[in-house]
Amino acid sequence: MTARASLTLGPVLFNWPADSWSDFYARIADEAEVDRVFLGEVVCSKRSPFYEDRILEAAERLQKAGKEVYLSSLVLVTLPRERKAMKELAEGAELPLEVNDLTMMRYLEAGKAFAVGPLVNVYNEGTLAWLAGRGARLVCLPPELPIGSVASLAAAGGKAGIDTEVWAFGRVPLAISGRCYHARIHGLSKDSCQFVCGEDADGLKVETMDGEDFLAVNGVQTMSFTHASVLGDLEALEAAGVTSFRLSPHDCDMVEVARLFRARLDGRLEAGAAMERLGALLPEARFSNGFLFADYGAEMVEKAERQVA
Amino acid sequence: MDRLELVCPAGTPAALRAAVDAGADTIYCGFRDETNARNFPGLNFSREELAEGVRYAHNAGVKLLVAINTFPRAGEPEKWHAAVDDAAKYGADAVILADLGLLAYAAEKQSQLRRHLSVQAAAANADAINFYVDTFGVKRVVLPRVLTVQEIAAINRQIKCETEVFVFGGLCVMAEGRCALSAYATGRSPNMNGACSPASHVVYREEGSDLVSKLGPFTINRVKRGAPAPYPTLCKGCFSAGGYEGHVFEDPVSLDAATLLQEFAKAGVTALKIEGRQRSRSYIQTVVRSFREATEAQAKGLPIMANELKRLTEGQTTTAGAYAKTWR
Repeated sequence: MTARASLTLGPVLFNWPADSWSDFYARIADEAEVDRVFLGEVVCSKRSPFYEDRILEAAERLQKAGKEVYLSSLVLVTLPRERKAMKELAEGAELPLEVNDLTMMRYLEAGKAFAVGPLVNVYNEGTLAWLAGRGARLVCLPPELPIGSVASLAAAGGKAGIDTEVWAFGRVPLAISGRCYHARIHGLSKDSCQFVCGEDADGLKVETMDGEDFLAVNGVQTMSFTHASVLGDLEALEAAGVTSFRLSPHDCDMVEVARLFRARLDGRLEAGAAMERLGALLPEARFSNGFLFADYGAEMVEKAERQVA
Repeated sequence: MDRLELVCPAGTPAALRAAVDAGADTIYCGFRDETNARNFPGLNFSREELAEGVRYAHNAGVKLLVAINTFPRAGEPEKWHAAVDDAAKYGADAVILADLGLLAYAAEKQSQLRRHLSVQAAAANADAINFYVDTFGVKRVVLPRVLTVQEIAAINRQIKCETEVFVFGGLCVMAEGRCALSAYATGRSPNMNGACSPASHVVYREEGSDLVSKLGPFTINRVKRGAPAPYPTLCKGCFSAGGYEGHVFEDPVSLDAATLLQEFAKAGVTALKIEGRQRSRSYIQTVVRSFREATEAQAKGLPIMANELKRLTEGQTTTAGAYAKTWR
């Protein structure tokens, strides 16, 4: 392999209390072995007022600690105030942006470098080339892509000077809606939601009628019940040309999660031992890597039984 | 007021002829492969069937659109490029596209072919829409089903192209083109394969006094035997969360916005879209005829009766969906 693969800490997708949010990033700045950090509200614009005045302070602290900082845009932009906020984000920011909706292409200055988040549909080389021409430098691929597509895109990305990133850890964002499911489950509507999503720091579990763990609800977002983890698959993904791995923040020891990924990437830790330690950090979680390596997303395939496409 | 354009689905040549004869203004269909978002067995058009369909439609003064609205697979764009090229070659009036790369291809290689933006592109505000208009010359956008009528009116005041809205049929509760729920349970998704909750992954099983329907390994519905068993579309299933038990995402309803036609017209909408390329010829005939009458009434400024299509709809109940703000 050529360059050292990097670690990205994605934006917090959940509704955390502002103080927890600040404390989380303070600790990330001081202790986490990640190369870049994405900040800002992606899921629901109603949450922004609670912590938006803290973003620049967190960004400064992260930058002083040597981390690249990006500001993340909203995934679904419909309201006038959301458009206004996104326009200001694009035009005012000195920090680079993570584009999570193509609305941002309307506001971004031509040629200005940006990152593309996993909720933008980058499924093929044509789209990748178009985004590269507009200034994309880092693209986190949609989490549903299989390893074969990842390899094709990483090859094209390499030629276009784009870092190719995959969703490496955390519940997978599967869908976004105009409707708030947290509110609906609590008998409320989106407009009078009482911010009930704040009760579930990692999302609210959805079970089937047979009691199987299935999905998780995070406001207007629907996620996997499983936590994606490619901790055992980093060699295969690096061989496929992936140059960056995204860790999505959860209410657990993310410093240790980052340490495990870094140790694996540096060849200092075996897959089995790493996965055992990750399991100990999240005793309630079940892991999956099925989008990349199996027939469907919820599955977890161990290396031995996997057929890399 | 101008009559709203009625855009009708055709999954087969027979359905196309039925829709044309029943009063459609425009037909949309897809090629028989994964380039379109209704890639179901036995559905869609060969190249020859498309050529014949264009002739039939044009003879009746009806337009024909080709939906090429999945996202081309990495490493094999040829199938999608060929679909765009052939839509032009066989005389389609427009293509309905969602992928950035494919829009760029079509704008460059078939610049004379009119481009519509698919709902799968999820362009949900005026700035996103104007980006597609300015960059790829898009002439019409199919609006995502996350907007209220008021929001649609505001969008129409600020954009430089036509809008088309869904008026009847299946209802996605998630922003389309941005949903991997089906892939999580089955590995097959609308974006990659043109299929959601595919029949190939559905199992119905009797368990004691229950009938269980599964999608992949997951139970989506469990009803008493003898009760109508809904198809296990993932987002319409029955689940439990936080002490709530029921349809966490959406009830098994379908969209019927017939009573909103005057409001759509006032909001500046150009065209109404009926969902259902997977539907039978007789369904298409009935629905198209009913909406043709409704648009005639709309053009004359007459009140529009709640139509009699309820028995045709999924789950037999209907909703105006996101068009009413309370839905959220």
